[in-house]
Amino acid sequence: MFRSVARISSALKQNKLQNHLFQKWSECAVVTQTRNVSEESKSFGLNLFRGQAHGEQVFPFPEVLNEEQRDNLQMFADQTAKFFEEQNDALKNDLLETVEPETMEGLKALGAFGLQVPVELDGLGLTNTQYARLVEIVGAHDLGVGIVLGAHQSIGFKGILLFGNDEQKQKYLPKLAAGENIAAFCLTEPASGSDAGSIKTRAVLSDDGKHYILNGSKIWISNGGLAEIFTVFAQTPVTDKNGDTKDKVTAFIVERSYGGVTNGAPEKKMGIKCSNTAEVYFEDVKIPVENVLGGEGGGFKVAMNILNNGRFGMVAALAGTMRYCVHKAVDHAGSRVQFGKSIHTFGTIQEKIAQMAIRHYVAESMAYMISANMDQGFKDFQIEAAIGKIYASEGAWYCADEAIQILGGMGFMRDCGIERVMRDLRIFRIFEGTNDILRLFVALTGIQYAGKHLKDVQKALKNPIGNIGTVVGFAGKMAKRKLGASTGVDLHNDSNVNPELQDAAKKASKAIEHFGGTIDQLLIKYGKNIMHEQMVLNRVAEAAIDIYGMVCVLSRASRSLSTNVASASTESAMCQTFCEEASVRVETNLNIAVSDRNMKTFRTLSTISDEVIKHGGCVQEHPLGF
Amino acid sequence: MSAGMRIIVGCKRVIDYAVKVRVKPDKTGVVTEGVKHSMNPFDEIAVEEAVRLKEKKIASEIVVASCGPQQCQETLRTALAMGADRAVHVLVEPKDFAVMQPIHVSKILAKLAVDEKADLILLGKQAIDDDCNQTGQMVAALLDWPQATFASKVEKDGDSLTVTREIDGGLETIKVSLPAVVTSDLRLNEPRYATLPNIMKAKKKPLATKKPGDFDVEIKSTQEILSVEDPPVREAGQKVESVEELMEKLKEAGFVKS
Ligand SMILES: Cc1cc2nc3c(=O)[nH]c(=O)nc-3n(C[C@H](O)[C@H](O)[C@H](O)COP(=O)(O)OP(=O)(O)OC[C@H]3O[C@@H](n4cnc5c(N)ncnc54)[C@H](O)[C@@H]3O)c2cc1C
Repeated sequence: MFRSVARISSALKQNKLQNHLFQKWSECAVVTQTRNVSEESKSFGLNLFRGQAHGEQVFPFPEVLNEEQRDNLQMFADQTAKFFEEQNDALKNDLLETVEPETMEGLKALGAFGLQVPVELDGLGLTNTQYARLVEIVGAHDLGVGIVLGAHQSIGFKGILLFGNDEQKQKYLPKLAAGENIAAFCLTEPASGSDAGSIKTRAVLSDDGKHYILNGSKIWISNGGLAEIFTVFAQTPVTDKNGDTKDKVTAFIVERSYGGVTNGAPEKKMGIKCSNTAEVYFEDVKIPVENVLGGEGGGFKVAMNILNNGRFGMVAALAGTMRYCVHKAVDHAGSRVQFGKSIHTFGTIQEKIAQMAIRHYVAESMAYMISANMDQGFKDFQIEAAIGKIYASEGAWYCADEAIQILGGMGFMRDCGIERVMRDLRIFRIFEGTNDILRLFVALTGIQYAGKHLKDVQKALKNPIGNIGTVVGFAGKMAKRKLGASTGVDLHNDSNVNPELQDAAKKASKAIEHFGGTIDQLLIKYGKNIMHEQMVLNRVAEAAIDIYGMVCVLSRASRSLSTNVASASTESAMCQTFCEEASVRVETNLNIAVSDRNMKTFRTLSTISDEVIKHGGCVQEHPLGF
Repeated sequence: MSAGMRIIVGCKRVIDYAVKVRVKPDKTGVVTEGVKHSMNPFDEIAVEEAVRLKEKKIASEIVVASCGPQQCQETLRTALAMGADRAVHVLVEPKDFAVMQPIHVSKILAKLAVDEKADLILLGKQAIDDDCNQTGQMVAALLDWPQATFASKVEKDGDSLTVTREIDGGLETIKVSLPAVVTSDLRLNEPRYATLPNIMKAKKKPLATKKPGDFDVEIKSTQEILSVEDPPVREAGQKVESVEELMEKLKEAGFVKS
């Protein structure tokens, strides 16, 4: 066994395999973009990589609901909350490892299975922001139910909503919206997780050209044991213009009723136990050709778009979970007395509660910023959605962990409720794009965008006289950076930023400039090879997450200050504290990303890992010698 | 009454049962601003009962009514989403609302019942905010109709209703001829959820806005609130090791004769 591990690790060192890996990876980064990243993207996240603060999406904090949408939503939210408080029993669902049948029926009647299906097709036709508000309630009560609902509509049939033609929509959506049919999303296979392009499930056209014959197996499919309708990704032979035939991923709508669709037993899991996770097998399944979704060979794009379009919901759900954790912690901290004092008077507990509240404020602001941007019709939100997913899943983990700490032994007990939440939360850092993959995605998508711009500068340099504006602009920026002067990012002078937050905004401006400069430096230093420097990329992603967080709370707290809501001063304090701490982290991360000394450390880390892999475990001898 | 009964159901908007109610600093009442409100739970039970009677084709039309501020319309929409047919909102101005009492609501509902030619008025036995437990009884008196309060079961029986009432120590079954006033107790039924699709559909159901004057009612204060106080804070208990110790403490405190 040692030998086989060694072989894999040495193979990994061979550039060939590695190059293949990264080619696949960068393909993923490109395809995920809803459309080609245009030079003129309005995305704050993308433009951040050029050292610019594009305010259009983020300032002022977008308000997208009209009066009627708001009214409806308020009633929907009240009834949804009521349902979850009175009818749903999260601990019981967890114990039974299924959603209680009565609750399931109640959810269907409630309308929870068709939140974003158009009204004409028997859904509720909710906007992204309205959807976010409702799944936030679900996330606060039962993440397992959240996955049953999410696997169904956020990924299971989202492909039909996004890419389906009229016939497909008419045929499938009404029953799906009613929960009469449950949907599932089938991408992952035993040998293909993050590397979704490498799937082996295959579909070939029948001789009469009327059907595709599907064969293969999928693992860990949420709702896999319940679903009637599956969005399945499979390789199909596609012939290009030159007559060359190559396998490409195609998406299909597959009905269980076609025959040949079976599933394994429900998996035993750490958390979200009430959601069904199962293997799904396809054996000579005859799929009518009309059931291709998004065109032959367009499947990878379909898959990435579904995931990209669904992430905001996860951010909102997790913001709900964080709210629940804060609530649990506060309840206990306010009443538990030790050493003759309520424990919330101790600095240690105060710091925990404040940090939990801040993280929740950031995640919640991100969730509704992203959903609003989507509702406004912006198409480039992929970086923001990925950042939101990373921040909220890690923030929620932090909050659950600290809430348990504040509750002490009580928090460890099942009946307290957070124990289940902690187990349920763990998967959110793994599925729908692992946070590791998403960090690389954030960094590489942004760097690619900045790289295009840099290329323009390079081109311009070949004809400096004709492109004098571009060249002078760039040269000026570089010179200013060298001297440590500002390159003109001035969020603090933006009229949408409340004067009380000027200092915080200055920190954000400085971070953005530093960020842009670092990206330029990295591009010059590594060129395309930056994609091989994951440890650097992770620092870049970390800084991007912090900066996006700063901007979201600057915008939100400014709105609260200007409308003078009761919580304005606390929001202002949370915003300022976050900006203060995040700006320090940004500086540290960016410095590490470009420093030669840290590069040496990174190389050493790789060497250590190689050694440990080679040994098949820890390298050193036991201190006692045996 | 073969065409099916016409039922009026009262729906009061109250502070949600899950909210921790806070007294205003000036002790004139409780904080209501920014506080979650919902339909009085007993009224929800009344709405559910009406809807069930309609589903059994015993009732033909359900009109829900609420007296109070603009936001009462949300409460009425919930009732419409549960299955009521029409709503009447009696909009009460803030200064009047502050002094509105069950007697005013009773007069409005009584007049509404006459205008609507109702066969049955279904109300909650009391509202969970002021716990008055007066409106049903007063409406019955104003109309001179029979009343069946604290109902835990309602059955149609020819031109009358057989109502099981929860009373101290047991159940009482009575028969009231229609038209009548019935108030619901907790165990009458378990109300359904207003589903989201039905909330959407309810938006198309008619909701009329009226004023107390339309019912010849003038809202005049009949009492003065002197002070609203928080309930006394419960003192911390003590743990005892044994029955002997417990008896000792009880004697000390004078709860048990020594
Ligand atoms: C409860 C549950 C429900 C699920 N539901 C569904 C579903 O409904 N539909 C569906 O299709 N799938 C589903 N999945 C699968 C899930 O999406 C995958 O587990 C996830 O994509 C990760 O794939 P993997 O587990 O194969 O890990 P791998 O891809 O093998 O990754 C293992 C580790 O390596 C890291 N890694 C991989 N590649 C790279 C790289 N290039 N650079 C750096 N690090 C890398 C990853 O971040 C991770 O830490 C579910 C999984 C679970 C556990």
